[in-house]
Amino acid sequence: MDALYERPKSLTNRATAYCPGCLHGVATRLIAELIDELDARADTVAVLPVGCGTLGMFHFNTDIVVSPHGRTPAVATGVKRSAPEKLVFSYQGDGDLAAIGLAEIMHAANRGENFTVIFINNGTYGMTGGQMAPTTLVGQKSTTTPEGRNPAETGYPMMMCEILSQLRAPRYIARFSLDCPANVIQAKKGLRKSFELQRAGKGFTFVELLSNCPTNWGLSPLECLEWMRENTMKAFPLGVFRDRED
Amino acid sequence: MEKKITIAGFGGQGVMAIGQMLGYASCKAGGNALFLPKYGPEQRGGTANCTVTLADVEIGAPESRYVDTLIALNQPSLERFLGAVRPGGLVLLNSSLCRWTGGREDVKLAEIPADDIAREIGSPKVANIVVIGAYIGLSGVLTERQMLDAIEEKLGKRPELLEMNRLALKRGMESATPRT
Amino acid sequence: MEKKFLKGNEAVAEAAILAGCRFFAGYPITPQNEIPEYMARRMPQVGGVFLQGESETASVCMVYGAAAMGKLAMTSSSGPGISLKAEGISTLAGAQLPAVIVNVMRGGPGLGTIQAAQSDYLHATKAMGHGGFRVLVLAPSTVQEAIDLTYKAFGLAVKYQNPAVVLMDGWIGSMMEPVTLPEAKEPVKNAYTGWGTRYYNPSGTDVDVVTSCLLEPDRQELLNIHFGEMYETWARDEVMAEEYMLGDAEYVIVAYGTAARAARTAIGSLREKGVKAGMLRPISLYPFPYDALKRLDKSRVRCILDTEMTLPVQMKDDIRLGVTDAIPVHSCGRSGGVVLTNEDIEDALLRIIEEEGK
Repeated sequence: MDALYERPKSLTNRATAYCPGCLHGVATRLIAELIDELDARADTVAVLPVGCGTLGMFHFNTDIVVSPHGRTPAVATGVKRSAPEKLVFSYQGDGDLAAIGLAEIMHAANRGENFTVIFINNGTYGMTGGQMAPTTLVGQKSTTTPEGRNPAETGYPMMMCEILSQLRAPRYIARFSLDCPANVIQAKKGLRKSFELQRAGKGFTFVELLSNCPTNWGLSPLECLEWMRENTMKAFPLGVFRDRED
Repeated sequence: MEKKITIAGFGGQGVMAIGQMLGYASCKAGGNALFLPKYGPEQRGGTANCTVTLADVEIGAPESRYVDTLIALNQPSLERFLGAVRPGGLVLLNSSLCRWTGGREDVKLAEIPADDIAREIGSPKVANIVVIGAYIGLSGVLTERQMLDAIEEKLGKRPELLEMNRLALKRGMESATPRT
Repeated sequence: MEKKFLKGNEAVAEAAILAGCRFFAGYPITPQNEIPEYMARRMPQVGGVFLQGESETASVCMVYGAAAMGKLAMTSSSGPGISLKAEGISTLAGAQLPAVIVNVMRGGPGLGTIQAAQSDYLHATKAMGHGGFRVLVLAPSTVQEAIDLTYKAFGLAVKYQNPAVVLMDGWIGSMMEPVTLPEAKEPVKNAYTGWGTRYYNPSGTDVDVVTSCLLEPDRQELLNIHFGEMYETWARDEVMAEEYMLGDAEYVIVAYGTAARAARTAIGSLREKGVKAGMLRPISLYPFPYDALKRLDKSRVRCILDTEMTLPVQMKDDIRLGVTDAIPVHSCGRSGGVVLTNEDIEDALLRIIEEEGK
């Protein structure tokens, strides 16, 4: 009997550390499936951030390097330059990537580092309890914007795909959503393209995945998905922002 | 033997090159040397100075309150560092750009029109080699041969360049006029 | 063999390469700029990696990534930049990775001055970052020693899977002296043995998990206890100090780095005046040579003069731990990049002797 569905070898045999309904689980599984499909488990290094993404060290059954907060692309730079034969990806949330680690992501992208950045955008700091992130939507409540994000005081959501697209060096920049199976399939295609480009030595690839946070948004898993469609996906348009042929 | 020499001038006069060349030569000749540059935060202009210690023993302090020799390439440097020359020490002036205005009766004074000599030779750039020649001529710390070996190694072996430097060194050695 | 006449910063960079270092990331800051500049030229020649990071923090994190892959890696900076690197150094220590950090010290605190000073003793020896970890700290006083200690620092970093620091003042970095270089070691890939793998590799033994994040208090405590035991090993096996004319010394100068050179000259001059002066020169600042201080003959040594290129002096507490209250400890120094001369030290000691006589 053929198995229709099984645990990817690139995932450890462990119950999820993420909250019920959190799309980190989907993103983690997509990545693990891809690594299996590319037969790259033994040659993969996951560079993990600080935040919920750190929990990836429970899940990815690959080499892992956990970075200080936001320095993830700098650590990945050291990893990839020291071991160019490895498939290297950084896995970062919006606080890690777009706030404390803004310099690191901009410069790794600008150097055209040959690794893949997977950016999980759920508009909040999950692990620390739902504070405002650079990507929090206008009017969205958080524990540090109790009346909702007011642009006059805290500015507007930072559109990282659009910002990075101003740079010349990146090879591939795209935004997907994990809200429904059709979009998940698209996201996996984008991830696959990124990994393949990296393996071909084509340079910096960046995949933003719109995600959720049932716990800190205070919504049920299904309500979260609906909220994403009504709000997040309108503020952050999906699409390919850069696909530069050499 | 241990000699401390402070070399001072404007940035661009080859202050550091003089100190480094003396250090190289001493090292190459099997002696000891310590070259210590001092810069301000400015990248251009301003003043530059360095202290080089030439010795045949282990060198302790890189910098002491007094030095044996001051090589002053311009007027501000002379005024700033004259007090640091130990009694009986040597002040070597680039008389093309600065003049002795007195103030110390207890030091030996020698003047060398380094820039004028360099122009006569045909390259203003070799003024610092003229100064090196004057210093080794007066102090006897290094021989002409030892100095030339270092110059050849560090500044290049192109025949016309080498000849220019050789001439500059020789003229420096001959032209330094001690005065009391 | 004819000696080379090398500048301290460049000599340190070459020594790193000879020790097998093949990864360098750094950021411009005076007075250490010759180190990254030298590495930018030299690393490509030996098949290594040079990176100019976008910041001090990024640079040390690049080193962390390289060390995680088993490369011997180094970064360098000066006081203000070392403060910024604190995060990465703590991470290296927590993840049990070897790396060498060079601090070419200038005047502080804050941005301070760009001139040479010894302002970071406390930072280097007590807490180079959060979390209560230690690093091996080696302090050269000549360009030759800067080479030898940099070379050695890589060996120690690998031996203990811990960062090691070469703490030199700006003068050692910018001065040139005749030196002999050690033989080139073949770069080897270091195996990762940190505790991340021990606790986060449930599926077998074929993956490395490099992390300073242990999440579980019990595991973290075990690691902290292990570190404590390791530091005790350092205190037993890795202490380095030079004793200079201590045999009959009645006055003992304690100084490291360039200050120790000035002290050496001062001792020569003091001895000519009949003052029996000697010196204890710590070479490893952490572990500190407490035992050498404990061994001093308390019936003979009249006082100790802690001599540093920083004010207030920073080593005094450690000296006192060594001699308890049995020998009085005085201090002398210059600070902020002002030159410390042998005459300063000689004057200070003669003043103390004069006071004693009253």
